[in-house]
Amino acid sequence: MKKKVIRIRIIIMTVLALLLVLVTTFADVFSPNDPYATSASAIRMAPCPAYPFGTDNLGRCVFARVLYGGRTTIAATFALVAVSFVIGTVIGMICGYYGGILDRVCMRVADILLSFPQMVVAIAVAGILGGGMKGAMIALGITMWVSFARLSRSHTFSLRNEAFIKAALFAGKSDPYIILVHILPNLLAPVLTNALTQIGTTMIGLSGLSFLGLGVVPPVAEWGSMISEARAYIQIAPWAVLFPSLATILTIIIFNYLGDAVINYREA
Amino acid sequence: MIHKLLKRIAGLVLILVILSFFVFALLYIAPGDPAEKRLTSQGVAVTKQVLDAERARLGLFRPFLVRYGEWLFGVVRGDFGVSFKDDLPVAPKLFQGLQNTCLLAVSSLLMALLLSFGLSIASVLNKDGPADHLVRICAFVSNSLPNFLISVMLMYLLCIRLDLFPVIAAKGDLRGLVMPVLSLTIPMCGRFTRQMRAEFLDQMRSDYVTGMRGRGVRTRYILLNVVRNALGHIFTIVALQIGTLMGGSVVIETIFRWPGIGKLVMDAITARDYPVIMGFVVIMGTIYVVINQLSDIINHILDPRTAL
Repeated sequence: MKKKVIRIRIIIMTVLALLLVLVTTFADVFSPNDPYATSASAIRMAPCPAYPFGTDNLGRCVFARVLYGGRTTIAATFALVAVSFVIGTVIGMICGYYGGILDRVCMRVADILLSFPQMVVAIAVAGILGGGMKGAMIALGITMWVSFARLSRSHTFSLRNEAFIKAALFAGKSDPYIILVHILPNLLAPVLTNALTQIGTTMIGLSGLSFLGLGVVPPVAEWGSMISEARAYIQIAPWAVLFPSLATILTIIIFNYLGDAVINYREA
Repeated sequence: MIHKLLKRIAGLVLILVILSFFVFALLYIAPGDPAEKRLTSQGVAVTKQVLDAERARLGLFRPFLVRYGEWLFGVVRGDFGVSFKDDLPVAPKLFQGLQNTCLLAVSSLLMALLLSFGLSIASVLNKDGPADHLVRICAFVSNSLPNFLISVMLMYLLCIRLDLFPVIAAKGDLRGLVMPVLSLTIPMCGRFTRQMRAEFLDQMRSDYVTGMRGRGVRTRYILLNVVRNALGHIFTIVALQIGTLMGGSVVIETIFRWPGIGKLVMDAITARDYPVIMGFVVIMGTIYVVINQLSDIINHILDPRTAL
């Protein structure tokens, strides 16, 4: 009974998340205006049919910028989580499978990386590397792979002693074959769940860096930097802050809720 | 015990040395060289001769490890070098900023702890009741809010709509502290509440609670035991959140122009003032690592079954 309820929740949230991804990926189809077109005659206009979310300080359509900004934020988040997922899982599986000195060195590095305050390091790295989404992604990625590596390592560790792995070994299968065909599918579920829960945190981190001016370079639309820019004239044009904020909150809530629901489902 | 403690402290020093090396190496990954950065940040026209003279003066022709050693030796004695911007020593600036940041961080940490403690107890007491659901929803939502967003929303609501607080904190004005503290407290409170609630519920399911219930012990005494037993984990939860708090205070200080170490480092990043950035990471890293080690030790004292 409980499981059924959670399953329905997961389906609803997945549909919402997919909708978000689709709408922002095909932003050029849904957007009524060009997000970069400035207009001197339409500065800080209140929401109206032509500009559903109003316009900002340069007369740019906020609705279009929210859509395109979503693309920047969501694409960067997904890319970062995916890259950390791949790197972390590969390192974790190799460490867990072979063990020995390699395992000890890797896990030591992971321990050390985890003992740094993540956001402090990210701010310093992004600041020193200079603006740009790439710098911000590297800054957050330095510590992000660790959780994937640890998780997949511990699962590989326990899988390694299972009878079916032994059987595959005796059948003369090579190590890469065993890792890819027998170990990877068995640890995919917990590691993917971890990836799902990382999406919300990563989004908060990335938009935070952008808000500080350490993420995207200004004309590019991104929610964090839009809020940061429009904050200066919030008294005159609150909509230029309100809508990107709402978009950020909704997106993070949807992905976080999805992550929570999947964890609950796996535990139920 | 003493032996293990010493081993821990050695590990702590090792981590800090690695962190400092990492930070020092960052300077070399950064585009441009320090002499050029220094000159441009001071607004001097960069020519070949000026650049070479500056490089020689800064000792940039010496090997990397020698310079790292010198810098590290200085840091250990509390000398973080001089600022690229105005040639003043960095250390007093950093410690002045750290004081202000501590005021902000400690008050929001205490507030978040108090709030989330009350909320999680209330939620555990009527599990699956309306209060529990309300607390869970609030905690979930506030956990999903980036703190820059909360501060912008609070500014809009309290300063502009209701006109209750000044937008920029004047020095010594306690009202100016309210909004930065609130913006740091809300997301932290959400995370604490979620984790504490899970921790308390975990304790409630254990055998000793069932036993006490069976003997007819009053709920408030059961709670006392549950809290005592969960204390170790709560310390760990708090210690792990310190890192997030540090990152968050950079954002919040920049927004509210609070003269803390976070504002200092953001100004340094815009001005490319590298000694300040390096000092910031070393100081924050040290605080974070020390607090986490301390929490492990406290954990061990509270519950000797946990390994040190």
